[in-house]
Amino acid sequence: MNLLEFDLLILAVAIIAGLLGSLLGLGGGIIVIPVLTLVFKIDIHYAIGASVVSIIATSSGAAAAYVRERMTNLRVAMWLELGTVSGALTGAYLVGVLSARWLYVIFGLILAYSALMMLRKRRDRTQESNAAKATPWVDYLRLHSSYYDDAQGQEITYRVRNAGLGLGLMYIAGVVSGLLGIGSGALKVPAMDLGMRLPIKVSTATSNFMIGVTAAASATVYFMRGDINPLIAAPVATGVLVGALLGSRLLGRLQSSTIRVFFVIVLLWVSLQMLWKGMGI
Amino acid sequence: MKSASPRTPPEKADGRARLMELLLSTLLRAGVIASLALVVAGTILTFVHHPDYASSPDELQQLTGNGTDFPFTWSDIWTGVLFLRGQSIVIIGLLLLIATPILRVAASALIFIYQKDRVYTFITLTVLSLLLLSFVLGKVE
Repeated sequence: MNLLEFDLLILAVAIIAGLLGSLLGLGGGIIVIPVLTLVFKIDIHYAIGASVVSIIATSSGAAAAYVRERMTNLRVAMWLELGTVSGALTGAYLVGVLSARWLYVIFGLILAYSALMMLRKRRDRTQESNAAKATPWVDYLRLHSSYYDDAQGQEITYRVRNAGLGLGLMYIAGVVSGLLGIGSGALKVPAMDLGMRLPIKVSTATSNFMIGVTAAASATVYFMRGDINPLIAAPVATGVLVGALLGSRLLGRLQSSTIRVFFVIVLLWVSLQMLWKGMGI
Repeated sequence: MKSASPRTPPEKADGRARLMELLLSTLLRAGVIASLALVVAGTILTFVHHPDYASSPDELQQLTGNGTDFPFTWSDIWTGVLFLRGQSIVIIGLLLLIATPILRVAASALIFIYQKDRVYTFITLTVLSLLLLSFVLGKVE
């Protein structure tokens, strides 16, 4: 295999990662890292460096469209970024203090549980109960919003709940991604879906918007260390951007239940990966 | 008039919020397109300067293996750009990609300041300072 063939193969894998990541609010690291290390035998440091670049590319590529289409809830994103960024800072300091093995097991189980809860929520009846609930913080932060759903052909107005709980969960999600380097989007989407009761499409689009910021903070560190190899990161970034631009045209048209089921499957897969790592299998 | 397009935001949609969405979306799109162009152009230049990369399998191991040297000090990158070195242009593209989300936070803070939205000015400026703090702490390591 020469460099040209290598670039083209990585490009194809990265397009799939970008497509999946932009639809589900994930970074695409769950595809990029295993493929680079297991199939192409790339050093793990370069694989992680490329995966961070892939997260930023998915985020910015898809968010450009989602923000314009009002699929992203900008205020929710900016409020929750307080939690993710400070969590990621804390996480970087806890490396070595907390045992990564146990964290993998604990969060593997939490993700599996969230996946099952999200599957149960398939029939979206929460909006009626949301209307009755008093939400002083959410009102103060003006988080309630609406978006236009292409698949349903109508404007969906939604109310948000638990601004404080959401912030706390995002802090934990930030700590975990800072510590383990994975699961940034996998934890954010369930927190918004189950905790704050956002519609699933708004959750994935808003998660997409946020993951770029935390990844950008760690990317500069990886870059200084020389972990971002341009020869590997270039085809990854190109492919992921193309995939994210394609994916962002698709999200509006897909049924919410399809996105939900798709997300649950990927979430179960990520939780299995974490459990495997934690148990050292 | 309102029924012209289903995409038209509802009447109650805040004009200031819409302005923010359009500005941020344009910023993200510009950052993404510019970095994509630089990364692709740099990759093409690399193959033009080293035609053997597209034929011989030997370089791949050498280039992507551990301990590869590629420019990552500022002066190396800058010299590379001046000489139109493909990999230096790729790096500039990747750095622009990394900078885009941070510029997005900075731009949001500026827009909130302009709109005199105190609560969200405070929130975005805090996020921005935490990001800058993580760069400073990251460098020490």
